[in-house]
Amino acid sequence: MIYAILFYLIAGLTVLSALGVAFTRNVFHSAMCLMGTLLGASGLYVFLAADFVAVVQLLVYVGGILVLTIFAIMLTHQIAEVQVSNRSVGRLPALALVVLIGIAMGVALFRAPWHVEPLAAAAPTTYHIGDAFLNQWLLPFELASVVLLTALVGAIVLSRKELRA
Amino acid sequence: MEIGLHHYLVVSLVVFLAGVFTVLTRRNAIGVLMGIELILNSANINYIAFSRYGGGGYDGQVFSVFVIMLAAAEAAIGLAIVLGIYRQFETIDVEATDTLRG
Repeated sequence: MIYAILFYLIAGLTVLSALGVAFTRNVFHSAMCLMGTLLGASGLYVFLAADFVAVVQLLVYVGGILVLTIFAIMLTHQIAEVQVSNRSVGRLPALALVVLIGIAMGVALFRAPWHVEPLAAAAPTTYHIGDAFLNQWLLPFELASVVLLTALVGAIVLSRKELRA
Repeated sequence: MEIGLHHYLVVSLVVFLAGVFTVLTRRNAIGVLMGIELILNSANINYIAFSRYGGGGYDGQVFSVFVIMLAAAEAAIGLAIVLGIYRQFETIDVEATDTLRG
């Protein structure tokens, strides 16, 4: 019972703050709502017995990406948007499109015969994930390191001042 | 009522739709990037829910770690590009940057 109440609290936090990201006018408020979504998703991972991913989510998203986003918002002063809607896609057409996609995906979600197995007992996952990374997923893992290095160098090149001799 | 797979899928669906709406309606480039983060998060919730309920072992969690990693790379590059645009155009409105429009 307490499990269900906790789940609904965390799911509600996730969903409401996701809607907040979509509907607030101020970009800084959007970033704060994004933090709610990220924290809620981390809580959902705990419910799904994925302890390692939950902590990675906190470290990378809340500690890294969100701080970076807020830095970028502070560095570019246009925080409050007077006019939110895009000229190419207005708010109402976008809402209609999203509702259509939502109906289609919702129908698919409830009709599909998902393959569900009885739940295994929750166990620590870090050992198994590390094992999978260095055995089965070794090549993607190494590629990921290359991608991160490239992104690092690329971000430095893109954001430094041009030096003209 | 028992919490099942569908609960997580519905949460992830709503987060995904909010992300799509954000990407479609924002004129601020940072707002668009935040919408993309929402979409990636909803995919992650699905991965982990299926990995928990489908009995697929740890592959779903491994994939979600890859997604988080790529999201970090995307955020770093995307925000660097946004700052470059700001330096060039003095704005980050995605509709002001139409120099290449014919």
